[in-house]
Amino acid sequence: MLKMTHLSKVYRTEVVETYALRDFNIDVKEGEFVAVTGPSGSGKTTFLTIAGLLETFTGGEYHLDGIEVSQLNDNARSKIRNEKIGFIFQAFNLIPDLNVFDNVEVPLRYRGMKAPERKERIMGALERVGLASRAKHYPAELSGGQQQRVAIARALAGSPRLLLADEPTGNLDTQMARGVLELLEEIHREGATIVMVTHDPELAARAQRNVHIIDGQVVDLAEDPRFHTAYTAAAGQVRG
Amino acid sequence: MLGYYVDLAVRSLKRSPGLTLLMVLAIGFGVAASMTTYSVFRAVSGDPIPWKSSQLFVPQIDIWGPKGRLDGDNGEPPDAMDYTDAVALMRAHRAKYQSALYRISPSIVPPDPSKHPVSVGGHAVYSEFFAMLDAPFKYGSGWSADSDEQRAAVVVLNSKLNQKLFAGANSVGKTVDIDGKDYRVVGVLDNWNPKPEFYDVVNTGGFTTDQEDVFIPFQRAIDVGMTNDGNTNCSEIPKESGFVGLQKSSCVWIAYMAELDDKAAVAAYKDYLDGYFRDQKQAGRFNWPLNNRLRDLPAWLDSQHVVPSDTKISLVVALGLLVVCLVNTAGLLLAKFLRRSSEIGVRRALGAPRLAIYTQFLIEAGIVGLTGGLLGLFLTWAGVISVGWVLPKEIATLAHVNLSLLVLTLLVAVIATMLAGIYPTFRASRVQPALQLKSN
Repeated sequence: MLKMTHLSKVYRTEVVETYALRDFNIDVKEGEFVAVTGPSGSGKTTFLTIAGLLETFTGGEYHLDGIEVSQLNDNARSKIRNEKIGFIFQAFNLIPDLNVFDNVEVPLRYRGMKAPERKERIMGALERVGLASRAKHYPAELSGGQQQRVAIARALAGSPRLLLADEPTGNLDTQMARGVLELLEEIHREGATIVMVTHDPELAARAQRNVHIIDGQVVDLAEDPRFHTAYTAAAGQVRG
Repeated sequence: MLGYYVDLAVRSLKRSPGLTLLMVLAIGFGVAASMTTYSVFRAVSGDPIPWKSSQLFVPQIDIWGPKGRLDGDNGEPPDAMDYTDAVALMRAHRAKYQSALYRISPSIVPPDPSKHPVSVGGHAVYSEFFAMLDAPFKYGSGWSADSDEQRAAVVVLNSKLNQKLFAGANSVGKTVDIDGKDYRVVGVLDNWNPKPEFYDVVNTGGFTTDQEDVFIPFQRAIDVGMTNDGNTNCSEIPKESGFVGLQKSSCVWIAYMAELDDKAAVAAYKDYLDGYFRDQKQAGRFNWPLNNRLRDLPAWLDSQHVVPSDTKISLVVALGLLVVCLVNTAGLLLAKFLRRSSEIGVRRALGAPRLAIYTQFLIEAGIVGLTGGLLGLFLTWAGVISVGWVLPKEIATLAHVNLSLLVLTLLVAVIATMLAGIYPTFRASRVQPALQLKSN
């Protein structure tokens, strides 16, 4: 579903080159739920934005659903984002001027979908996240957990093949976070491929597979004593 | 998608009413200032007879020579004719149509003895004047060449005077008392009031609030001593006093126009005019070189500076003001659009191509322009009404609001605002979604 090979991302200034990702390799199969972890500044979010075609990369290859994306123009990248990818952000990123219905509608508008189909999909997605009754509410009238559920509904409405989540519970309290996580697990059980960036070992442990990034590279956690203890313990707690 | 973008734009503009109001005011005032001055400029600079102006010519004969010229004349011969030359050119009859003319101001004595005589304005012209200028008649027609010859007491009225004297009825055949003499009405013009008054720029400056009420045969007016109510310029004091003395003098006071249909006719007429000068020189009347002119109507109006220079300056200043307003609007749009960078980032992440963002924000700029244009319409209307405060009355009265000005005002507002929105919109469409989403 998502395959990056020897991928690199370099930020250049006049005096310095900074590698955000270096010789980065990852292969996410269809239907997998992968957690991407790593310390701050390790390149997790850069990976996610490149995976979501929001940013270009400097070298290497990236195949998304079988398509090599490096040569695609803005229109083609936008079309893939719209049709194949759903985003869930830490800060929810709902548009404050639009009510819940209209926020969920945004990706469907860019797909050129007819109004009846849009409505059916939006209400279906809102029912799934338990917020159909709040369709006319504005983001400011909702709790953080509800806002994230709206963001998930927005991501789901377009029936994407790949769901990219960036710290989806980072701004939520424990109870709300649990609810969101259960929702993601449910979506995964129904067949969606999910790649989730997180700092939270407990959250990461709920994924099928963990990928760890340090200094812009994927590392094998089992071979790195700095992280082994913490992650194993957290995973054990969750699974136990 | 257009409806969607319009809806988004309206929501966005409602969200920041103060900023929106500032932009609308800037556009409204900028457009109104330019359209008000443009309405004046359009009124004074338009071709008064576009279908024929290239065939109408004004001859000038240098009867004064270098000594008679004033500083600033730039070697130009007098802009009008003396009586001798005007009559000679009419007699020669070398053009398809031609007419000498001068401004008159007779009194009309109403048939009702209880009413006082009224002073009216008009011109003494030759019969070909009406055909030459395609003057439209409501009733009847102009008089014949025979009436010119016979110095007939005939008159053509304009529709306003006909309304006043005959309640607008067909008055052809009826008589009008002009300066105590009866004149038979042969025609009534149909709201003919060309601006500028191109056939007699010399005496009217092109624009006058005086009415053109009556037209009387030229030689009839001379015979009955209807004096010139326009300008008279002399290079020397006439030897005899009075109207007859004026006719014998070298003072210029008669306008002249001829219709020449093609280049050959123009060349032939110029030859005739130059030949006439040489004949007069040979006869001892002139002792200076040939310096005649034969300009078509547009060139003539230009040479006479019919469009007032302050009107041109006002237009330039107003357009400058519009540019300043647009630059301000561009700055406000830029601030407004970039404040929504995170929304742009989200939309891009959800599949909006750059073009979609560009279109969305350009439509928002267009709606600001349209709203500013609507305000501009009202302000333009108010400006046109008030233009008399800053411009001479005869110019100010020409400015008016019509459908084309309304449409133009809206178009200028929308197009100008969209032009002002190009850079802010471009910047908005270049927002890096990754950067915005990371920073949130």
